[in-house]
Amino acid sequence: MIISIASGKGGTGKTTIATSLAFYLSINGANVVFLDCDVEEPNSALFLKPGIDKSQTVDIPVPAVDFKKCTYCGKCAEVCAYHAIAVAKKTVLVFTELCHGCGGCALFCPEGAISEVGRDIGVVEEGDAFGIRFIQGRLSIGEPMAVPLIREVKRCGIEGSDGVIIIDVPPGTSCPVIESIKGSDFVILVTEPTPFGLNDLRLAVETVKKLDIDFGVVINRSDIGDKEVEDYCKDENIPILAEIPYSRDIAVLYSYGVSMVVEGEKYRKIFRKIWETIKKLKSGQSWPIVGEEDV
Amino acid sequence: MKQIVVISGKGGTGKTIITASFASLSNNAIAADCDVDAADLHLLLHPEIKERHRFKGLPKAEISQDRCTGCGRCYDVCRFDAVQKKHNCETAAPQNQTTHFFIDHQSCEGCKVCYYACPEDVITMRENVSGEWYVSETKYGPMVHARLGIAEENSGKLVTIVRENARSIAEKRNLDFVIVDGPPGIGCPVIASLSGVDIALVVTEPTLSGIHDMERVIDVARHFGVETACIINKYDINLENSKSIENWCNKNKIPVLGKIPFDNSVSESVVKGVPIVEYTESEVTWVIKGIWQEILKTKEK
Repeated sequence: MIISIASGKGGTGKTTIATSLAFYLSINGANVVFLDCDVEEPNSALFLKPGIDKSQTVDIPVPAVDFKKCTYCGKCAEVCAYHAIAVAKKTVLVFTELCHGCGGCALFCPEGAISEVGRDIGVVEEGDAFGIRFIQGRLSIGEPMAVPLIREVKRCGIEGSDGVIIIDVPPGTSCPVIESIKGSDFVILVTEPTPFGLNDLRLAVETVKKLDIDFGVVINRSDIGDKEVEDYCKDENIPILAEIPYSRDIAVLYSYGVSMVVEGEKYRKIFRKIWETIKKLKSGQSWPIVGEEDV
Repeated sequence: MKQIVVISGKGGTGKTIITASFASLSNNAIAADCDVDAADLHLLLHPEIKERHRFKGLPKAEISQDRCTGCGRCYDVCRFDAVQKKHNCETAAPQNQTTHFFIDHQSCEGCKVCYYACPEDVITMRENVSGEWYVSETKYGPMVHARLGIAEENSGKLVTIVRENARSIAEKRNLDFVIVDGPPGIGCPVIASLSGVDIALVVTEPTLSGIHDMERVIDVARHFGVETACIINKYDINLENSKSIENWCNKNKIPVLGKIPFDNSVSESVVKGVPIVEYTESEVTWVIKGIWQEILKTKEK
């Protein structure tokens, strides 16, 4: 079972909800795997505090030209859709930051003059956080391409895993978000009740609908703005999983990197409700057993 | 003319609220919303759209099912798992009850490798309009903004278009500033928002996440040779963390232009759809006005 926590707008509380839900489920005996797919700004580790025991660099293939074989025919530049390789009279220029690693230039070079070498784009780190299996990606500074790293985080975390997989998704609605949430069984969209929150929630809802994944909404800081988000969800028949009022306590705990579930029983009840609601929405599927007693 | 970008690394630290306030305080600037994934600046500046332009992403592959022989060459060469296999397609004639291949548009990166590799020439590349961008007028001056289609890629390219147009309008109209509302993160759209600006203002908050993300985005700005300055928003949520941000900035010679307190009226101003500097007279607005004065000083430099 894969549950992604996403939002169009940044800073609505994705990481807070994702890490708290992971702790809640783990405390109640579920086998939890946590993937931080916000590889540009991974923050979950600040809350889950995992011990990292494995780290591997991730690279994408980029072309390397063997000038002994190259005839400067220009085929590589012709097939490259990203303008990442250019052929001048007696030289071939490779712009590695533009390269998506599609392999077209190497495949179609008539002289077999192009091989591929790895270019590091970041690392995938794995570890254990109080019994939760933890995997995160960290994109290298100055690196534009997040998607291949997200793909690798998911491959490491999902292959051979059972139990509940929780994915912390980057903000936005474009390719890194799609790469993170595709294949999920359920998406929790976290928003706040302001015009910004509503505008970006609409975009996030369209994104999730396009991928045909079941979803529900958590309205965070539910008392700071207006009722528009709630009305929108009711009009669109979108389940509201929880409404969490603003609390300076939560904000302060958050600032120190402490999960709200760890600190207070009333917050644990919120996550119990979220989990129960998701279970109802997805009933008929096999679910990992979570203890029934109130914690 | 100076180009200023407001970025943060972490989302939700207050970029758009601060950008809108700058637009309101300036009298000779153009605003550019480069958070093309989840643009919000229009909700505070209320632009009237004057020009609409289509944004085309890279064309995506399409397999003509009626002519495909099912050889699977496309499947073998695609590195993005965009060519998918389906067995026993029920709609096919009995003699064709074999493997079928089709393109998952969300995964296709438009590399055209399958298009070139197909021995039967049954793959075409279909035009892909993946967004729109706009030139608008607001009561504060012109604005360039965009909307990337849902689940599309190439946001970096769309950001570059927004910035280029904002710059050329600023030059034509002899404006002093291009004020760019940047996206969260440190990847492709952030790099496109940063490149070639005069200063990057990094809005952070005194949380461990805010600090972690600020340090990363400042590293990115430095990597591209862009000067940075810092703004601490909601500084009074955690004074200890605010102090350590200031210490870190001092150590790294990054000026802290202002510390904005937490104030409920900020959310209220968003609900009302006005820049906070027009909504109240409070410490929040004084600090933001002070920051803008600091930025005006850089104009003379």
